Amino acid sequence: MSLSREETSRLADLARLSLNDEELARIAHDLTEIIDYMEKLAGIDRAHVRPMSHVLGTVNVYRDDRAEPSLSQEEALANAPDRQGQFFRVPRIIDAGEAGEA
Amino acid sequence: MSGSAETRLCHMTLHELHDMLVQGQVSSKEITSDVLARIDEVEASVGAYVTVDREAALKSADAADAMIGGARRDGDAGGIGALLGIPVVLKDNVCTCGMRTTCCSKMLEGFVPAYDAAVTARLREAGAVIMGKANMDEFAMGSTTQTSVFHVTRNPWDLERVPGGSSGGCAAAVAAGEAAASIGTDTGGSIRQPASFCGVVGLKPTYGRVSRYGVAAFASSLDTVGPITRDVRDCAVMLSAVAGRDERDSTSAPDAVPDYVEYVDRGVQGLKVGIPEEFFGPGMSEGVRAAVERALRALEGAGANIVEVSLPLVEHALAVYYLVATAEASSNMARLDGIRYGYRPEGRGGMDVADLMSASRGQGFGMEVKRRIMLGTFVLSSGNFDAFFGRALRSRRLLAEDVQRALAECDCLVSPTAPTVAFRFDEEPDDPLALYLQDIYTTLANLAGVPAMSVPCGFSDEMPVGLQIMGRMFDEATLIRVGRAVELTSGMGAARPKVGGCAK
Repeated sequence: MSLSREETSRLADLARLSLNDEELARIAHDLTEIIDYMEKLAGIDRAHVRPMSHVLGTVNVYRDDRAEPSLSQEEALANAPDRQGQFFRVPRIIDAGEAGEA
Repeated sequence: MSGSAETRLCHMTLHELHDMLVQGQVSSKEITSDVLARIDEVEASVGAYVTVDREAALKSADAADAMIGGARRDGDAGGIGALLGIPVVLKDNVCTCGMRTTCCSKMLEGFVPAYDAAVTARLREAGAVIMGKANMDEFAMGSTTQTSVFHVTRNPWDLERVPGGSSGGCAAAVAAGEAAASIGTDTGGSIRQPASFCGVVGLKPTYGRVSRYGVAAFASSLDTVGPITRDVRDCAVMLSAVAGRDERDSTSAPDAVPDYVEYVDRGVQGLKVGIPEEFFGPGMSEGVRAAVERALRALEGAGANIVEVSLPLVEHALAVYYLVATAEASSNMARLDGIRYGYRPEGRGGMDVADLMSASRGQGFGMEVKRRIMLGTFVLSSGNFDAFFGRALRSRRLLAEDVQRALAECDCLVSPTAPTVAFRFDEEPDDPLALYLQDIYTTLANLAGVPAMSVPCGFSDEMPVGLQIMGRMFDEATLIRVGRAVELTSGMGAARPKVGGCAK
């Protein structure tokens, strides 16, 4: 199968990756080749097989629900690329029409 | 220069260094200083490190010397732990509190963790001296260490060749005398292949054997953390130190941790060593084949029985691996959005939050990471999910059952670790798929969850060749026995590269 430029661009949107034209073209080409190779898998008879998502038999591993020390607010904010006071700072999320000036 | 006339301290195994520390023949400060001197000599050509913390290393060495001095005064040599005062390096995806941890990505270039990974904490508690952080492929995606945002790492055996990857910095550092031992990560071969290329021992433990708390996730059902060392005994020491249940990693296993060092000298008399016929077809270089066959004859000479086994579906392993790994990677990488931490671009007037995330990720990730996120997104998108991801998960079970069946007929499976010795930088294929074929022997262990070791077994083209030994779940002990037998008969345990004027 061949991955079109449009399909590649849609995947990039889903993945929240801004890619330039050159990257889109290269990835469309590489993915087409890789996906062709992956289609080799079509040869295994496996309709009856249960999917294996995890190699250990463990299910629902819980620990006791007890409070433990966690990061301080300063530590949690220390790596933030932008902050305002005690908050992570991002562009306005709610439309100006709804929320007025941010 | 410190160290004996024959071997400098920086080239000794960690167990040799430990014995000298216990006997008071050397201090951790002398060892650490020699390793720092070695870093100064060869780092410009090898490039194994992305962060070296001299001050912290020397401080830890002083603290270790104080503890060793106290234990010796009290006549308590047994109180001197196997890693006390030993210089180690950690791959740069293992969190170190207060020390930059970048995954060698522009996305995390300035990231300083506020906590230690579980393995880091265990090494600190054992008194190891943490020298710094090793270069790697960006987010562990690659097999040459060339996708690192920082610089290339060169193979200490031949600076014109790649060290392998993604734990290439770890393997090169241990081979070149820039750390006594190392901790790397292995999702599809990232400990074993660089160990093979650099002539050192690398162990991918059983899935769940070593806690992954604080280690940046790549593909959560495949990721493992394990040692890279100069010999098999060192590997056993390191594994014993870091293995075991950790409440903070729900996938870490409760199974008891044996003292792996006890198995080093048990020999291989009567062990059944399985040769999967599918792994010995075309595809491997003649030099690799010859070295592996010599190792098999040597194992037979040491008392092992060689039996032929079959892994009928193994040709599908690589495709299954890349489907599962990229699907899981695209999910794990979603947390890297440049909001709470990570790269944020300049000049973002008029961007909304979604644009900002896309720009952070578009500019913060390198090409290989983007390619894998895109493949994973494709695999998981509606319309493709069952045809690709569902099919891969079902095939994965069949592959795991193949491995279990083969391991019911023998105690371990052996093969080459990689189809070739380390290749030259100018021989690296441009085609990503051709590079993925490097992982042809290694991905199966991650898919099945079983442990696998790469141990040097000889040379081809004056470059080291690695033998891979795959074992049953939680049976690292057998890998250590077999690996030691290979090391003894090949004499590779004492081989050192000649970078910076060090004789073999």
